Amino acid sequence: MKATYAAVAVCVIAAIGFAAGAAPPLQFVLGAIVPYAAIAIFLAGIAWRMVRWARTPVPFRITATCGQQKSLPFIRHAKLDNPFTTAGVIGRMALEVLLFRSLFRNTKSELRPGPRLVFGEEKLLWLGAIAFHYSFLIIFLRHLRFFLEPVPGFVTALEAIDGFFQVSAPVIYLTDGLIIAALGYLLLRRFTNPMMRYVSLFTDYFALFLLLGLAGSGILLRYFVRGELLPVKQLAMGIVTFSPVVPAGISALFFVHLLMLSTLIAWFPFSKLMHMGGIFLSPTRNLANNNRAKRHVNVWNYPVKVHTYQEWEHEFHDKIVAAGLPLDEVKNG
Amino acid sequence: MAEATPKPDQLVQIDYRPPKRDWLEPSAEFRKGTFCYSALPKNLQYLDLPNPREWQPFDKDWKLPENWKEIILKGLKERVEKYRSFRLFMDICVRCGACADKCHFYIGSGDPKNMPVLRAELIRSVYRRYFTPAGKMFGSLVGARDLTVKVLKEWFYYFYQCTECRRCSVFCPYGIDTAEITMIARELLNLVGCNINWVLEPAANCFRTGNHLGIQPHGFKDSIDFAVDELEELTGIRVEAPIMKKGAEVLLIVPSADYFGTPHYYTLLGYLVLLHETGLDYTFSAFASEGGNFGLFTSHEMIKRLNAKIYQEAKRLGVKWILGGECGHMWRVMHQYMDTMNGPADFLEVPVSPVTGTRFGHAASTKMIHIAEFTADLIAHNKLKLDPRRNDHWRVTYHDSCNTSRAMGILEEPRYILKNVCRNFFEMPENTIREQTFCCGSGSGLGTDENLEMRLRGGLPRANAVKYVKDRHGVNVLTCMCAIDKATLPGLLEYWVPGVEVAGVHELVGNAIVMEGEKRTTDLRGQPFVEEVAATHA
Repeated sequence: MKATYAAVAVCVIAAIGFAAGAAPPLQFVLGAIVPYAAIAIFLAGIAWRMVRWARTPVPFRITATCGQQKSLPFIRHAKLDNPFTTAGVIGRMALEVLLFRSLFRNTKSELRPGPRLVFGEEKLLWLGAIAFHYSFLIIFLRHLRFFLEPVPGFVTALEAIDGFFQVSAPVIYLTDGLIIAALGYLLLRRFTNPMMRYVSLFTDYFALFLLLGLAGSGILLRYFVRGELLPVKQLAMGIVTFSPVVPAGISALFFVHLLMLSTLIAWFPFSKLMHMGGIFLSPTRNLANNNRAKRHVNVWNYPVKVHTYQEWEHEFHDKIVAAGLPLDEVKNG
Repeated sequence: MAEATPKPDQLVQIDYRPPKRDWLEPSAEFRKGTFCYSALPKNLQYLDLPNPREWQPFDKDWKLPENWKEIILKGLKERVEKYRSFRLFMDICVRCGACADKCHFYIGSGDPKNMPVLRAELIRSVYRRYFTPAGKMFGSLVGARDLTVKVLKEWFYYFYQCTECRRCSVFCPYGIDTAEITMIARELLNLVGCNINWVLEPAANCFRTGNHLGIQPHGFKDSIDFAVDELEELTGIRVEAPIMKKGAEVLLIVPSADYFGTPHYYTLLGYLVLLHETGLDYTFSAFASEGGNFGLFTSHEMIKRLNAKIYQEAKRLGVKWILGGECGHMWRVMHQYMDTMNGPADFLEVPVSPVTGTRFGHAASTKMIHIAEFTADLIAHNKLKLDPRRNDHWRVTYHDSCNTSRAMGILEEPRYILKNVCRNFFEMPENTIREQTFCCGSGSGLGTDENLEMRLRGGLPRANAVKYVKDRHGVNVLTCMCAIDKATLPGLLEYWVPGVEVAGVHELVGNAIVMEGEKRTTDLRGQPFVEEVAATHA
C-alpha cells in the first residue's frame, strides 16, 4: 500500500511535468521558477539541518570500536577500525564515506535445524548501494556538460570512460544501466524480503521511485526521445547565469525530468537522504577512541547529587569500626 | 529455572514472518518470561526519582503522572538538543535493514520490533510526529505517530528488551547506535517512573553502600578475608589484601560480584594470586566497592552519580593510579564516561607498572587501566612464572563482552594472556567474536529470572557458537571478562550447551601462576591438577 502510494505520487509528478511541459506558458514555471525555488529550499534546508546538527553538543566520546584498541606496544592496534588519532579518524571516515566500510561487513544469519545458527556473506546490499551512489555521482558530473561552457576536460574524460563500451550511437553509458539495476535491486529487496517490506515507509519507496523516474526519464531523453540538445543547454546555462530562458523546441519529457529533479532536491533536506551530510557527524564513527588518553569535555556537564565518603562513613561508622577498618583520619583526628 | 520455561527444541521454533498489522500500531504483550518487573517505590525514593508507586507492566493502569505526555515530549526535546548522537540517529536512518538480523533478541525471538531499525523507529516515529515538519504535516504517511499510553508501554517493553550491546551499530553504514537510543529512551521512561527493579535496586544499593549488592563495610571485609583464608588453604600462602589503605600506590576497583558471586569469586582469587606475586602496593575500598554502574541502564545523570565515588576515593586514599578488574559495562563507564563526567583526575599520576616500568600512556588522562592490560604487560616482560599445564583440564574458548569489545576494543590482551596461561585455546566462529561478539542476552540490567525466556532467546546466538566449539574441539570452559556474563552465562549454557563452565580470564591466570613457596595440588576451584602437572609441583 505504501509502495503504491509512493508510485502514484511519483506518477502524479511525472504527469504534472508532462502536462505543464507541453504548455509553453507553463514551461517557464517548470524551467525556471520551480528549479530556482527547489535550489533555494535545498541550500537553505541543508544549511539548516547541518547547522542544527553541528550546534548540538557531543557530550560524550562514544566511539563504536570495531577493532583492537591502542594499548601495549606488542599488541597490534587496528588504526582504522579503532582510531586513536585524528589521522586514524580521517582514514576511518574515508573508508565509510567512499567505500561503505560498515555495510561491507554485512552478513546474513540463518537459524537451521539443530539448532545451528549460520552466518553467510551478504555483500549484495553493499554492492547495490555502491553501484547506485557512484553511478549517481558520475551521472551528476556528466551533467556538468550542460551547465559549464567550455565543457571541462574531466567531464569529457568521464564521458569517455563511462561510454567505454561503445556499442551504438549514441554512446551507451555504463552508469545509466547500473543505476537502474541498482535502484531496481534496492526496490526489489523492499518488496521481496518480508521484514524489509514490514519496516519500509512510504518515504523509502518514494525515494526509490523518484530516483527511478529521474534516471528513467533521463535515459528516455538520451536514447529514445532524442531532441535538440542546444535549447536544453541554453536553459541550463540560463539557470546558472541567473538569466533564465526557456527556448522553444524542448520536449515535454524533458520537463518531467526537470520536475523530478526539482522535487528531489527540494525534498532532500527534509528526508532520510540527509544521511549524506549526517554521516560526517556521526559520533560513533568520527571520534577517536582515545578517551582514556585525552579528556573529552561535555559543555553541559552539571553537578549532580552524589553520596560522599563522609556521608557513607557517617552512616556505617559503627560497622566500619567493628570490622576493624580505618576511619578517615580527618574525622578521627 | 521457572516451570513455564519452554524446552530448547520448543524455543527454537521461531517464526520470522512479520505480523499482518502495521508496525505503527503499538503492540506490547507482557507475557510471563519476556519482561522485567517494575522497580519498587523505595528504590525510586532513595534515588529521588519521580513517580514512585506500586505498579506492574501487566497492569492496565500504569499510574502515570497526569501530564506524562508533556513530560516525555519535553524530555525528548531536551535530549534532542543535548545529544548530537540522538538527534542524528533520529534523522538519518534509511531503513536499509543491515542491522535487522544482527540483534540477538531478533534472532532469538523473530519479533520484528527487535530489529534494531524498528526498535529505533518506535521512538523515531514519535520524534517525527512532534519535531519534524514532514511528520507534523503528513503523519502516518511518513511514519509518524502520536504518543499514547500504548506507545509508552511498547517503549517500555522493547527498550527493556535491548541490552545496549551495540552489535547492530558495527554494521550500520552511519554508525547509528541503538545503545544510545535505548539509553535515552530509558531516561525518558524514568521521567515518568517506568523503570525495572533489576536496574534500580542495584543502583539504589550502589548509591547507599557503594556496591550493587548492598554489601556493607563489615560484609565487604568478611568477603575479602574469606578469600584470603581460602587462598591460603589452596596454596599455603597468606596474601595481603588491604582495604582502605591510605597511601597505597594503586586503588583496585572490581565489580562486586567478584567478591560475592560464583564463578566470579575464582577470578578474585586469581587477582589475589597475581597481585601478591607482583608485589603491587594496592588497596581495595569498601566505599568504592563497585566498578559496575547500573546508572548506565538508568540515565546519564545516574551514571555520574554512581561513578563519582571512584575518583573521590582515589583522591581520599592518595593513590597514584587505578586498576580495574574484569567487568563489561563497568569498563564502558570507566573508558567512555568517567573522565568526562567526574574528571579531570589531575591528582593522580599516569599509570606506570612498578614491575615492568611500562608507562600506560593510553590511560594518561583517566589514570585507570584494565587488569588485562596490566597482566599482558607482565607476561610480555616475562615477569610471571607461569605453568600453562595447570589449566590442562580446561579446553578454553573466549567470549568478548559487548562493552569491552565495542566501546573500548580490548580484544587481544585477554587472548594474549589466555594463550600464555593455557594450552588448549579455541576461537568461536569469527562472526561471533571480537567486535562482532554476541551478547549474553542479559546485559543492561535484564538478567533477572522473571525475564528468563527472553534471556534464553537472546542468548541463543552466543550459546550456539559455544556449541560449535564444544562439538568440534571439546571446549569445556568459556572464559570472559564481564561480571554479568559470569552471572548469567552458566545458566544459559546449561540450557543450550550443557557441560560448558564459565570462568574469568584471571581465574586461569591464577591457576597458572607458580607462586613463590606455594604448595598447590588443585586449581582455584579446588579441582586437582591433572596428574603429570601435580607431580611437578608437589
